Amino acid sequence: MLTALYIMLGLALVLGITLGISALLFKVEGDPLVARIDAILPQTQCGQCGYPGCKPYAMAIAKGEADINQCPPGGDTGARALADLMGVEYKPLNAEHGLPKPKSVAFIDENTCIGCTLCIQACPVDAILGAAKHMHTIIASECTGCELCLAPCPVDCITMEPIGETPDNWKWKYPVIPIKAMPANGSLA
Amino acid sequence: MNAIIQFASKLIRGQAAGSDAVHKFHGGVHPDGQKQQSTTLPIAKLAIPERLVLPLRQHVGYIPKIKVQVGERVLKGQMLAEAEGTLSAAIHAPTSGTVAAISEEIIPHPSGLPDMCITLTPDGQDEWTTLQPVDWRNTDKKTLVASLRSSGIVGLGGATFPTHIKVRADGKSSIHTLVINAAECEPYITCDDMLMRERADEIVQGMEIVKFLLGAESCIVGIEDNKPEATTAMAEACKALPDTSVKVVPTLYPSGDARRLIHLVLGIEIPHDKRSTDVGVQVFNVATVLAIYRYFVYGEPAVDRIVTMTGSVNMPQNFEVLFGTPLQTLIDTAGGAKAGTTHFIMGGPMMGFDLPTINVPITKAANCIIAATPDLFAPPPPAMPCIRCARCADACPVNLQPQELYWFSKSDDFEKARDYNLFDCIECGCCTYVCPSNIPLVQYYRYAKSEIIAVDKAKEAADLARERNEFRLARIEREKLERAQKHAERAASGKAEGAKSEEVKAAPEKSTAETPTAATTAGDAKKAAIAAAIERAKALKAAAQTGEMQKEPSAGTADTTDSSKPAQTEQTKEDPANAEQAKKDKQALIAAAIERAKAQKLAAAQAGITPKNVEDASPAVKAEISEIDTIREKAKQAVKAQNPDSEA
Repeated sequence: MLTALYIMLGLALVLGITLGISALLFKVEGDPLVARIDAILPQTQCGQCGYPGCKPYAMAIAKGEADINQCPPGGDTGARALADLMGVEYKPLNAEHGLPKPKSVAFIDENTCIGCTLCIQACPVDAILGAAKHMHTIIASECTGCELCLAPCPVDCITMEPIGETPDNWKWKYPVIPIKAMPANGSLA
Repeated sequence: MNAIIQFASKLIRGQAAGSDAVHKFHGGVHPDGQKQQSTTLPIAKLAIPERLVLPLRQHVGYIPKIKVQVGERVLKGQMLAEAEGTLSAAIHAPTSGTVAAISEEIIPHPSGLPDMCITLTPDGQDEWTTLQPVDWRNTDKKTLVASLRSSGIVGLGGATFPTHIKVRADGKSSIHTLVINAAECEPYITCDDMLMRERADEIVQGMEIVKFLLGAESCIVGIEDNKPEATTAMAEACKALPDTSVKVVPTLYPSGDARRLIHLVLGIEIPHDKRSTDVGVQVFNVATVLAIYRYFVYGEPAVDRIVTMTGSVNMPQNFEVLFGTPLQTLIDTAGGAKAGTTHFIMGGPMMGFDLPTINVPITKAANCIIAATPDLFAPPPPAMPCIRCARCADACPVNLQPQELYWFSKSDDFEKARDYNLFDCIECGCCTYVCPSNIPLVQYYRYAKSEIIAVDKAKEAADLARERNEFRLARIEREKLERAQKHAERAASGKAEGAKSEEVKAAPEKSTAETPTAATTAGDAKKAAIAAAIERAKALKAAAQTGEMQKEPSAGTADTTDSSKPAQTEQTKEDPANAEQAKKDKQALIAAAIERAKAQKLAAAQAGITPKNVEDASPAVKAEISEIDTIREKAKQAVKAQNPDSEA
């Protein structure tokens, strides 16, 4: 009886110590759930969700403070993926936070730009190049299309240009069977 | 795994020399050849057209960089655009003339979208630039491969993969067998067939060069048995080259696919995630080999190719066509399209695509143009539901499960489609060909592939954006810390200066001469603070020595803020007139500071720039500012110095 008790106690002690040590040794930095949510978010960093960037929104979702349908750039697919990950019911996008738009990049009218650097400070991904009193320009390949640079511009020289279809980004369409118009008299040929 | 492959390749190497056996691959179909129409006439050279349109996108990889300007006169063979990045190919002027425009034109692409093109107006003289043939036998291989990069040669079988990448020795694998792809399995296409009939000797000399470049021991030419004339010509020519054989493979579509041909002639099945070079085999198309020969022996870059013009035209024939030639010129030379021609197909009927318009140029990828009529290519009957007969799986040469891929692609289940190795599909069209329900299977795979590629690209962009955003946040945090530190330092030195200046006013006659010199010699803020403290102590001592205050000789050494107050209270007691003056001065100073702060705030709000406010800063701070300014100036000059370099 006592032996069994001692064995159990000993086991509990050994396992407890092992667990304690491994908790210290293999400590997971940050919240893995946040990272997984963040991986689904489109990283536009636009703040349309009401949080200052994708990561803060991911943290809010993980904490249960924010809903999964607040990200317009992520679109319907994003909301579905988030619902899947969080194990909650899918909800259509909340229109309060904006509607999904075609992907576009910012464009600076270089003749109007006064070189105030305000847009550079607003850009969340450092995609604007320029210096004080010098013309600024957008690095199109880095621009996420978040529109955060539009508001601070004092001369309104920034516009959003939708990304057009080029042979580079062109996609094969879903196969459809063309419907042929019947002859006017309705007779079957 | 590697060991097994190496063992297998060694085994094959042993077998390759003698055995004549053909190793049939799984699946495949027998479409009607339709090759005889275009083989009745020899290859004809097409006249120089009035206008040449050269798309920059003529190969797999990066867009080349334009080297000419509008209005410039160029000679035949002159480089118009230079290969940019690893996977890219140059573009040369197909004839002498003037660059008429660099603009967006419709290119032969299934999208029908315009892309950047160089338009050339030929002058009719067809004047060659100075050609530099290479004595390849006595030249270093690296130099040869490097020079091949500027040749503009790409795979002419239709894949248009830059050739210089294929002969590049990456040090990982050694090629032991060179396979020459002369199968030409697709119906209608005969350009390789005619090329072998007429120029077998040149092809074999090209094979010798490629064999040398790759360091291959043997060379096998794979030809389908529906080309007996070409086989005879090649077998005759190959006698000149040791360790070279011609292997006739049965006519079965798609035997012209590189992996299928390797399987046919060598019996090796390359693992789906490996390249043929991993098992020591490299495949070249006959036309590509000929282009390499012409480049090294005559110095001629890629300026033309053989194109089969067939289908519903009056005189189907093979033509030697300059790149950029309008399709209309080719059709007219072939006797014009017959009545009832609805559209034109580029490539074969199995893998080709309908050209969006007739106003497209011939590019490096254009091996065949078919004038299509509803008689030749009947519009597909409406697709019926899949009946799960699995005939597509029987026909698939890649051993995929086409019916599964179809269901996944149709229902947008892209992850599943990827798991079922969608990207191993070569889009040969065998499954569509055999489908009894007439389902356009390949179209579904193309759709799924491009959707997956788009999602992957978006993911890559998102990862980049995340990285950049995180870096930016870290940078802002770091800058904030640095600024706070600087502010703290500045505040400390500023306080010291402030206290000192007041004391200086209290005892002006002694210390004014000493303060500025002491402060300017101090390099950084800390030194300045120490110097100021010493100075203050000296000033206090001096004040004490003048005899106006004797009670607290060491008050100033403890704390700067405390020191000024007792000193002033002393003064008010001792000398009311002097104190009155000091008070007024102080008030004026405060008022001025408030005014300054207000102005600063206003300026900051308007411009969003932190104002310098240097007028009233202490000498130490001024020194620091001037130091920073010189650094900025230097940086500016450095940038200026670098800029012309990068532009040149």
